[in-house]
Amino acid sequence: MYELIVIGGGPAGLAAACAAWDSGLRSILIVERDRELGGILNQCIHNGFGLTYFKEELTGPEYAHRFVELLSKTGVEVRTDTMVLEVTPDRKVHMTGPETGYVVEEAKSIILAMGCRERTRGAIAIPGSRPAGIFTAGAAQRYVNVEGYMPGKRVVILGSGDIGLIMARRMTLEGAKVLACVEVMPYSGGLTRNIVQCLEDYDIPLYLSHTVTDIKGRDRVEQVVVSRVDERRRPIPGTEMVFDCDTLLLSVGLIPENELTSGAGILLDPRTKGAVVYENMETSVPGVFACGNVAHVHDLVDFVTQESQRAGAAAAKYVLNGPAGGETIDVINGSGVSYTVPQRIRPENVEKTAGIFFRVNRIFGKSRIVVSNREGEVAGFNRERLAPGEMERIALPAKLLENVKGELTVAIQEVE
Amino acid sequence: MTDVLIIGCGVIGAAAAMELSKYKLSVTVLERENDVAMGTTKANSAILHAGYDPHPGTLMARLNVRGSELAKYYCEKLDVPYRQCGSMVLAFTRADLDTLDILYDRGMKNGVKGLEIISGDEARKREPELADTVLAALWAPSAAIVSPWEMCLAFAETAVKNGVKIEFNTEVTGLERDGGCWRVTTDRGVREARYVINAAGVDSDTIHDMVAEHDFEVKPSRGQYYLLDKSEGSRVNTVVFQCPSEKGKGVLVSPTVHGNLIVGPNAEPSDKHDTATTAEGLDFVRETAKLSVPGVDFSKSIRNFAGVRANAGRDDFLIRKAAPGFIDLAAICSPGLTSAPAIGEYAAELLGREGLELEEKESFELSRRRIRFKELTDEERRKLVARDPSYGRVICRCETVTEGEILAALRSPVPPCSVDGVKRRVNAGMGRCQGGFCGPRVVELLAKDLGVTPDRIVQDREGMWILKEETKGVPGSV
Amino acid sequence: MRELVCIVCPRGCHMKADEELNVTGNACPRGAQYARAELTHPTRVVTSTVRITGAPYTRLPVKTSAPVPKEFIESVMAELCKVTAAAPVHVGDVIIKNILSTGADVVATRELVAK
Repeated sequence: MYELIVIGGGPAGLAAACAAWDSGLRSILIVERDRELGGILNQCIHNGFGLTYFKEELTGPEYAHRFVELLSKTGVEVRTDTMVLEVTPDRKVHMTGPETGYVVEEAKSIILAMGCRERTRGAIAIPGSRPAGIFTAGAAQRYVNVEGYMPGKRVVILGSGDIGLIMARRMTLEGAKVLACVEVMPYSGGLTRNIVQCLEDYDIPLYLSHTVTDIKGRDRVEQVVVSRVDERRRPIPGTEMVFDCDTLLLSVGLIPENELTSGAGILLDPRTKGAVVYENMETSVPGVFACGNVAHVHDLVDFVTQESQRAGAAAAKYVLNGPAGGETIDVINGSGVSYTVPQRIRPENVEKTAGIFFRVNRIFGKSRIVVSNREGEVAGFNRERLAPGEMERIALPAKLLENVKGELTVAIQEVE
Repeated sequence: MTDVLIIGCGVIGAAAAMELSKYKLSVTVLERENDVAMGTTKANSAILHAGYDPHPGTLMARLNVRGSELAKYYCEKLDVPYRQCGSMVLAFTRADLDTLDILYDRGMKNGVKGLEIISGDEARKREPELADTVLAALWAPSAAIVSPWEMCLAFAETAVKNGVKIEFNTEVTGLERDGGCWRVTTDRGVREARYVINAAGVDSDTIHDMVAEHDFEVKPSRGQYYLLDKSEGSRVNTVVFQCPSEKGKGVLVSPTVHGNLIVGPNAEPSDKHDTATTAEGLDFVRETAKLSVPGVDFSKSIRNFAGVRANAGRDDFLIRKAAPGFIDLAAICSPGLTSAPAIGEYAAELLGREGLELEEKESFELSRRRIRFKELTDEERRKLVARDPSYGRVICRCETVTEGEILAALRSPVPPCSVDGVKRRVNAGMGRCQGGFCGPRVVELLAKDLGVTPDRIVQDREGMWILKEETKGVPGSV
Repeated sequence: MRELVCIVCPRGCHMKADEELNVTGNACPRGAQYARAELTHPTRVVTSTVRITGAPYTRLPVKTSAPVPKEFIESVMAELCKVTAAAPVHVGDVIIKNILSTGADVVATRELVAK
């Protein structure tokens, strides 16, 4: 029986395990399906990681390495090349690996840190022929950065998520011609700085309010057709542009890898598509926590780290001091907000502040983030600009929460 | 010189090959593509029809009912995913009610067992997700769902195990009668055979025309489909049809043996190899399906595809002697998959009438088992991984497919040579991430097994390259 | 007046700079510094890979240890094709010293043990 099993050895799992160790747990197991720790960071060889957490600019593998180093100073046990197949509500973890064999381990607490997966062509039903040459941006990233192969030389990218933007630059640097980045929404899904340094630096056009409406080519992609869309995201006939290309990369969204989560009977949030979590990242099943991209998809690994440390510390507290309790406040997404994490706060369990992550559902100029309950405003935060592609974070002091009952709504009021 | 040469290794060619492998004969199958099941066989509704659709007295009626029984037998013997889940044809209008009566009548005449017309309420009791507008349904308990490509593969593997030779990447370009036998010209040289079977699917008319008067033409009909995530897989438990029209059997909603939900097809004229989907076609499928089962959640789509049926504008298959020692198995439209084993059996019978000696082999082996890690108990998994650690490494996380299963497929009688070939054998890449995660790993395993670099591996057909070239230029060239 | 988006951190400040290179809209001094460099002599850190032998993978991720002038990016990429590292490699190991006399080294960004 372990005190804690952490499922996933990416940035979330590493930070959670280290934090749990620092909080006093001494029998911790990380289960990682890949051959090394680090998760998806190992293929994210670009820089821009760590500015918030380490106050310096690191590449993905470097960021992962920092935590692998920290972990090596603890007594946390690691099983790589091992896949978890099932987590039961009574905290049994079924896992398999060539070295590990097929085993079932028990734990007093579990942290789910499996990350997310990419949406595919099938998920968005792009019509056209079915040739080779259509990749999710992450799969292409693995081929280029880890395996050392170019998936193609003339590329169109659908979706302006960060991985798509990063791959536009990466494939250009490796000698491909990236013809266009196409985004169905009227705004980019990625960070503004990536638009600048990945597209503008290399004169790659970004077509907002456009989408891919046809794919041509029998064996390999030969052309993709791009059309403008109306306000309801329907293609406008007569606006078609044809690109001669051999590759279509898809960067059309990430979804929490929630198979184990739902298999464990944990309540899911249809908005985040991850588990519903409390202020300490605990799920609806006591002693099971979720953090990082399996809880909700982040833009920045630094925030994954912070959130996961919270989960790690909370798991330790659960094992050492027993379950958290107290009244629960539901956090509701009000006007302009598409989701919040956590979805539930137990004020009794908040030490200094309760951090709330959320995303807005459109671009806002100068705005006020208003947190209110039935009696009125509880707190307000000013922002110059808010965008769906950039996750927001506010911190509510514990004192403020003391008198709140029932629910809290987070909403956006545009000032001008 | 081979006794029998079969052109095409879809489910029809494979069924004929397996049937003939029961006898003391030399049999060769020529397949244009790099794998079996590459045409209509891999892209259809995956249904084994009960047999109430074909007109009584037709070959189609007889072969459908016989095929449905044989398919059940072979699927069990050869470890092919199969589930007899029954089917319903829904009636929404008075005209539909009349159609149900006609279908019921045909079914009774064709010898379909267990047919029953049930009320709308009874239908909804059995399938709670059916629309309120359903007035009645024709219930056919013998209808089943199957993995069509695995059925084809199982037939082909059985044939190979029993001595049949399959030559892939070999396209027939000419046929000549030469002193009582056939000279078959291909893009890889000449083959000689005493008898030839034309099982060339959508191209069966082209092959026929090489030996006989042009008397039919395949006018392909394309059908588009949605495949939905397993979370939608139990939306219905039986195959739900609408009333057939001259265009086909209509849009169905059905579970698949892999646990997904399949929805489709539409029907539209197309080129023989045009398996593209269109926005209009997919819209039609969605809208029409919702008439039967309004709750289908299309946001759970994991894949769209289209298949081409070898229609020839007639109500029956074209199975006949076309020239001396030459048999057409042509115009195999729906219910071709269901009929396949019966067509194979009938093909052998026709060749027998042509003078082929059908002497049974004692050594004929009819068995096939494959390990499906996902379906094992904990204890079985423990033992398996202890015995062979490659079964401990999960390659496809969505479908829980292990490296051991892929390696076993690579050692099977008809091994895969493409990423989709692996998928058809072990389901890797069939799940919700559609190979995003396991694709590169499967490429690596294939490259290693075939002794080539990863950029030589194709997605499916030859020419479907995945990787262009290495990064960083040619080693040592700069 | 030039408008530009800061790429120093994910915050992505929308900044303005006038002819005398006075910067507004930046949330920190690094933004102003970036804006002035961007308008006079833009630089970037290059991240890419080099070949590696003896490791579980065939590519080693690398970066320039400091930003290099933007116009050097292409020639830095060309230089990376010329070298092959050998496992084991540690984070920070110098793969190419002072690349193209820019003053920046090309350093490994991942640990790759010998196979």
